[in-house]
Amino acid sequence: MESLYVLVPLSVVLVFGIIAVFAWALRAGQLDDLEREGERILRNDPDEVDADQSGR
Amino acid sequence: MATSSRPGAAGAAPVFDDGVVRAFALVAVLYGIVGMLVGVIVASQLAWPELINGIPWLSYGRLRPLHTNAVIFAFGGSVLFATSYHVVQRTCQTKLFLPALAWFTFIGWNLVIVSAVITLPLGLTTGKEYAELEWPIDILIAIVWVAYAVVFFGTVGIRKIRHIYVANWFFGAFIIAVALLHIVNSAEIPVSLFKSYSAYAGVQDAMIQWWYGHNAVGFFLTAAFLGMMYYYIPKQAERPVYSYRLSIVHFWALIFTYMWAGPHHLHYTALPDWTQSVGMIFSLILLAPSWGGMINGIMTLSGAWHKLRDDPILKFLIVSLSFYGMSTFEGPMMSIKTVNALSHYTDWTVGHVHSGALGWVGMVSIGSLYHLIPRLFGRKNMFSMKAVELHFWVATIGIVLYIAAMWIAGVMQGLMWRATNPDGTLVYSFVESVKATYPFYVIRVLGGLLYLSGMLIMGWNVIKTVAAGKVEPVLVPTAAHA
Repeated sequence: MESLYVLVPLSVVLVFGIIAVFAWALRAGQLDDLEREGERILRNDPDEVDADQSGR
Repeated sequence: MATSSRPGAAGAAPVFDDGVVRAFALVAVLYGIVGMLVGVIVASQLAWPELINGIPWLSYGRLRPLHTNAVIFAFGGSVLFATSYHVVQRTCQTKLFLPALAWFTFIGWNLVIVSAVITLPLGLTTGKEYAELEWPIDILIAIVWVAYAVVFFGTVGIRKIRHIYVANWFFGAFIIAVALLHIVNSAEIPVSLFKSYSAYAGVQDAMIQWWYGHNAVGFFLTAAFLGMMYYYIPKQAERPVYSYRLSIVHFWALIFTYMWAGPHHLHYTALPDWTQSVGMIFSLILLAPSWGGMINGIMTLSGAWHKLRDDPILKFLIVSLSFYGMSTFEGPMMSIKTVNALSHYTDWTVGHVHSGALGWVGMVSIGSLYHLIPRLFGRKNMFSMKAVELHFWVATIGIVLYIAAMWIAGVMQGLMWRATNPDGTLVYSFVESVKATYPFYVIRVLGGLLYLSGMLIMGWNVIKTVAAGKVEPVLVPTAAHA
């Protein structure tokens, strides 16, 4: 079942990649204040970006 | 048509790059009609094989992959390009990164589609399902896809909002996964301009093919459209996602689990039994994160169910999730080996595919386009909301006819094929099962015709909307002054 020599290592690398991206998200504050972020797309202030986004 | 402000126009307020969004959204409707028309043709050929006799480039074997490629990649792909480019800009509050490259993806993707329309009816095919296009086109797809990744991730990289909205996670995972799947599965050795041989052979090729095939469903047709759903349902319902926390949890669970489900396409084949079992188990586990998405989307209407009564766009979006739930329950059930022993190679599989394709993918795309297209032309609503309502009912009845016919046909076929006499001989010859299937093939044509009619109504409505609308540049929000 030689194709597994490709697929399994590829999947393992992918899993580590997934863990790495999740760890970045956690540390970068992506998972803070979730409910507010969910509502952000509904806000209709076209001229305003949150002050707390400063530095981007 | 007006274009967005030129880059480098010093002092001009930045506007969103909606030109390419507009282009992809409009061709999506066109390709939907074309792809589904080919579907109705091939469905008719199954019911009445004499229909288009003797014309090689209209034969069923050549038209079927044209249908699948057109609806998945031309229609589905164009909707995804349009909506991902729209959503990433709005949620990151920035223009696209390298808008010229985004236009390159538009030209490149359409070139891929035109190449498919030419080569597939000519019989130039790799024979690998959903990967039929030959090697020169595969190279073009890879180039376009890298460009797409650069534009999308580049835009996320220059975002003005620190938080990356959940829809963008789904789009991002889809882009990366499809790149991986395409490159690995399409590894092939060219022997002439339009002929190549797969780098893999036999059951090895089968495993790679269905690792690709199921992840094409999981990432192209599911994760990406969930991204779409997570933006357009809240926007249309004017309510936030029911549980933003859940959206993140089920995202990670979904993308991890989908990768392992591929072997369920190969039950009771030469694939090792333990590999089949892995596919079965992960397919069953997949039910949970899938339903997480369904519940989250539908419950977004919590406290606002009355909106469904009067809003046909919401009907499309919410009903799409019902079909999504059905299909992601049916799929795991069909992944169970005992069930698969009955369903494999029957029309039940076709019914399952189309429940997901017409019900989930089709309807969420249609709903999202009905939300997006008027706004791209300076309007709040489509030209005729009555036509949208009519489209919804026509489409729903079409889907129900289609899948019910295929369920009955499929289970009947499975039972007929396994019926044995006491002395061990088969009760039915194969051709008897074909004959018994005929009425259901006719009903399926009717179902498909209804669904196609809905798309034609949409085409009319889109043309009227564009004619009555105006392309107006939309300013990118800028930071409030201190």
